[in-house]
Amino acid sequence: MKPAPFEYHAPTTIAEAVDLLARHGDEAKPLAGGQSLVPMLALRLARFEHLVDLNRVDELRGVARTNGTLRVGAMTTQATVEHDGDVARDVPLLAMATPLIGHFQIRNRGTVGGSLAHADPASEYPAVALALDARFDVASSSGTREVPAQEFFEGTWQTALGADELLVAVRFPVWEGRCGFACDEVARRHGDFALAGAIAAVELDGSSNVTRAGIALFGMGPAPVRATDAEQALVGTHPASDDDLRELGALAVRDTAPVDDVHASASYRRRVGEYLAGKTLRDAIRRAEEDIP
Amino acid sequence: MIEGTALDVTMTVNGERRRAHVDARKTLADFLREDCALTGTHLGCEHGVCGACTVLVDGAAVRSCLMFAVQADGADVTTIEGIAEPDGELSTVQAAFRDAHGLQCGFCTPGFVVSVTAFLRDNPHPTDAEIREALSGNLCRCTGYQGIIKAVHLAAERVAERNAGAGAGVTA
Repeated sequence: MKPAPFEYHAPTTIAEAVDLLARHGDEAKPLAGGQSLVPMLALRLARFEHLVDLNRVDELRGVARTNGTLRVGAMTTQATVEHDGDVARDVPLLAMATPLIGHFQIRNRGTVGGSLAHADPASEYPAVALALDARFDVASSSGTREVPAQEFFEGTWQTALGADELLVAVRFPVWEGRCGFACDEVARRHGDFALAGAIAAVELDGSSNVTRAGIALFGMGPAPVRATDAEQALVGTHPASDDDLRELGALAVRDTAPVDDVHASASYRRRVGEYLAGKTLRDAIRRAEEDIP
Repeated sequence: MIEGTALDVTMTVNGERRRAHVDARKTLADFLREDCALTGTHLGCEHGVCGACTVLVDGAAVRSCLMFAVQADGADVTTIEGIAEPDGELSTVQAAFRDAHGLQCGFCTPGFVVSVTAFLRDNPHPTDAEIREALSGNLCRCTGYQGIIKAVHLAAERVAERNAGAGAGVTA
């Protein structure tokens, strides 16, 4: 037994779960898939007096399409998202990013909400949520609130969630029309934490000019980065040449501050991020033109 | 609501009903090894990296070091001891690992065999790239992986041959 002792709670409803969080505050931690939290407990990087296991709260699971958004319950597993036809059709970026997470054994337990609430800087889902302007449904014993992705991620393992709050679901806007998406990353081995990665979403008009763009980078700082300057430069144009894409890639990483660590230097991460931003944009535009989502 | 620092758990392990009173912090891996005396589930890293402790929980391959035993209350668990036929005959995957030299010291083998059993059940006709990706969640320090990759190809071929012979419906 490697984790320190804790009291285990297995609520079956959201109301029970948020009551427990209200009662125990900072001393309680919600346990989702456990694929990040349990290693941290085993290594004693984290310790909690109370674990609130969400795996028996059925109302936190499931994928549903409503009013132009795809609502993904926080406890929906990554394996479910990976193989769900509605996800692939409505939010292709989620389907593209999922196989890059860990390994299939990890995705069988790992959840969408767990990954987002854990907010590892190298993880894929936070960047997808940021690029698409997803909205987070948050509950506590005093009510519910909605947090836009732009305000949710605050830093390494830091989010806007209070100790008494629970992430219930995430709503991803469904991009209709002539759209294309791409997601790519560089990691030492498949399933390792990404050294750097990029997400691109574009919408084109009839003459293939970009009318809407969402670009986000991960592994490039303590939180995912939305490349708004590059998006603004992109909208209204049709970047065709390698030089155009290189310039957009450079603009995307201009204000990032990736870490220098044993896995990669900051300058290497910036070069990889720049390359991937350009590459994912090119891929997303090509997919939009060829009508491949 | 189930809660406490130590709880009663009941689950089915390899078809047999198991009951124990365990600390909440006890992992499923430790429960299998210590309370069920099923030491075929190996512990390498104990933080989700090496894959040696992989078991099937309700059919899904998972790291048993990243689940607490209390979370598996009511579940149907299959360990490496439950992979062979009841008469002891090796499963298709096990026989392929033996025949293709997919193991040397054997420490990582239970995790590989359980992972590959689930993988071929869900994807009976994998490409070489899919096999390599599926194996990426298990670490082996002896073989250099080539024998293991060959073993998965061999197991998939044998399943396909058997299905061609028997009609359909049979898997690893």
